[in-house]
Amino acid sequence: MTALTQSVPARNERRYQFSWADAGPFLALAALLALGFLVNPDFLSATNLSNVITRSAYVAIIAVGATFVISSGGLDLSVGSMVAFIAGITIMFMNMMAPSLGLWAIPAGMAIAVVTGLLCGLANGVIVTVGKIEPFIATLGTMGIFRALITYMTNGGTIPIDRSLREAYRPVYFGTLGGIPIPILISAIVAVLGAFVLYKTKYGRKCAAVGANEDVARYSGISVIKTRTVAYVIQGVCVAVAAICYVPRLGAATPTTGQLWELQVITAVVIGGTALRGGKGRIWGTIAGAVILELIANLMVLSDFVSEYLVAAVQGVIIIIAMLVQRFSK
Amino acid sequence: MFSRKWVAAAAVGALMVAGQALAADKKVVAVSIPAADHGWTAGVVYHAQAAAKEINAAFPDVEVVVKTSPSAADQVSALEDLSASRKLDALVILPYTSEELTQPVKAIKDMGTFITVVDRGLTDASIQDLYLAGDNIAVGANTAKFMIDKLGGKGDIVVLRGIPTVIDDERIKGFQDTIKGTGIKVLDIQYAHWNSDEAFKLMQDYLAKYPHIDAVWANDDDMLLGVLEAVKQSGRTDIKLALGGNGMKDIVKKVIDGDSVTPVETPYPPSMIKTAIYMTVANLIGQAPVRGHVKLDAPLITQANAKEYYFPDSPF
Repeated sequence: MTALTQSVPARNERRYQFSWADAGPFLALAALLALGFLVNPDFLSATNLSNVITRSAYVAIIAVGATFVISSGGLDLSVGSMVAFIAGITIMFMNMMAPSLGLWAIPAGMAIAVVTGLLCGLANGVIVTVGKIEPFIATLGTMGIFRALITYMTNGGTIPIDRSLREAYRPVYFGTLGGIPIPILISAIVAVLGAFVLYKTKYGRKCAAVGANEDVARYSGISVIKTRTVAYVIQGVCVAVAAICYVPRLGAATPTTGQLWELQVITAVVIGGTALRGGKGRIWGTIAGAVILELIANLMVLSDFVSEYLVAAVQGVIIIIAMLVQRFSK
Repeated sequence: MFSRKWVAAAAVGALMVAGQALAADKKVVAVSIPAADHGWTAGVVYHAQAAAKEINAAFPDVEVVVKTSPSAADQVSALEDLSASRKLDALVILPYTSEELTQPVKAIKDMGTFITVVDRGLTDASIQDLYLAGDNIAVGANTAKFMIDKLGGKGDIVVLRGIPTVIDDERIKGFQDTIKGTGIKVLDIQYAHWNSDEAFKLMQDYLAKYPHIDAVWANDDDMLLGVLEAVKQSGRTDIKLALGGNGMKDIVKKVIDGDSVTPVETPYPPSMIKTAIYMTVANLIGQAPVRGHVKLDAPLITQANAKEYYFPDSPF
């Protein structure tokens, strides 16, 4: 009860008061853009920014789902291999259907992707909640399973998409609508939906309540099992949407697809201001976090003063500084 | 109940002993390789299995057994399993790591088994009877030679390198040593971890950073696939050459089709495992001595000889 009654006035306050902590990720983003411009004016060119934001779309879309899982007190390490697995299933299905359905194989494949993602998320959720296994271990297990399945499906090589579908599907990653790249539009839609569910619906509040204090939530009559399982299902569907945008980029799934994305996703969520221990979710912060990660990588290449051997170290330092800025701006 | 079980067990045991006795007449060649976890190792598995099938069919007196292992520790166990049940006449091994596999291979050598080591050497070279590998320095050097030639000795290029390992260092060294003193200028060189997605991003960044690039070298074909997508998306026409390395079938196909941006390929072929298995078997049954050190060159694959390196059924 206490968790709920406290969180409601806090929400109202935030509407009127400017909070430095909530603005943190966006300030970091602005600072990074300014820094980038100083380093190399090409950094702010429309092409470069649109490339970078488009690239961040996968991590952003998955991270919206992860915001639900993490704010409800869970964790999902399997998302990277799940992308690869769903991408593999989708391509195999599209290739199988191409002779009979023609270009309709693409939407059919997308539907299969979403169903697969939903089932994968449900499996994770049920193992964690009903099976009562620590999320870290449960999803570490499924991470291995999905990775092995994609390796098996590809025989260690690649599953390329059928040539007849390649060109028709390409615009989903490379196309634009009103000048805006389609992956950016898709991630914006996912974020708006995510923000609506997390901030405006009963389910979103249950999510935060379960993450803040499981026992209190249970005594308040919230089904912890249902709330957490649904969070994993949302995560699975988000992964499927990311896979749908991923496939047209290189037109193939390989055993190395999505490798280590889970860490990028978790980093984006935490940079965005969501507490890793649960109880607080920030969808727009998460989106900013995903863009920040991609911008840092881009900046490393565009600047000349970091040796190729030290890129990862500098990235790590920038992430830690970003977190420190947030911590002390409270 | 119990007695029936015992009878069954005895029968199975007898069958196994009989099988063993039959197998003993054959010469056994064990092949121990990494499991397929990316394109190149997938190619190794494919070619090893193809060699086993061909040799088992062609020579009834030889049995080639292929065993894949997902890690160095698993490979050590696999060696123990392979040698525990029967005497191995020869072992063809592509070791995961040099240090961990050296002692286990030596133990098998001490049982009188012919040892063929492929690609990655052991720390004690005296263990092997035959060593066969590709030439990573030549992969870099031959690509560089072609590039110098094609660009007329001068131009601005960008390079994508793989995962920090000896393989990557050697390829880069071969390349850099060859372009030294020419008008070829490396604008930028960064790691993309032999990964198509990372290569795609890196190439986008290169294209944003440099308004003019004459050629790209990705030291592996997985990365080249990402590079080609990024170039295609940018619509830039200044890039005259985009070359890879390794011998992936998709890229060899481009060479066969006479692609103007990727007209050649340099092999570091996974089929070297097949070459090694055939040589080992030749020693075993044909009395064709093969002891020594074999280095497969990395000749340029051009439209003229590309068929030799094209395996449409292989996963790589």
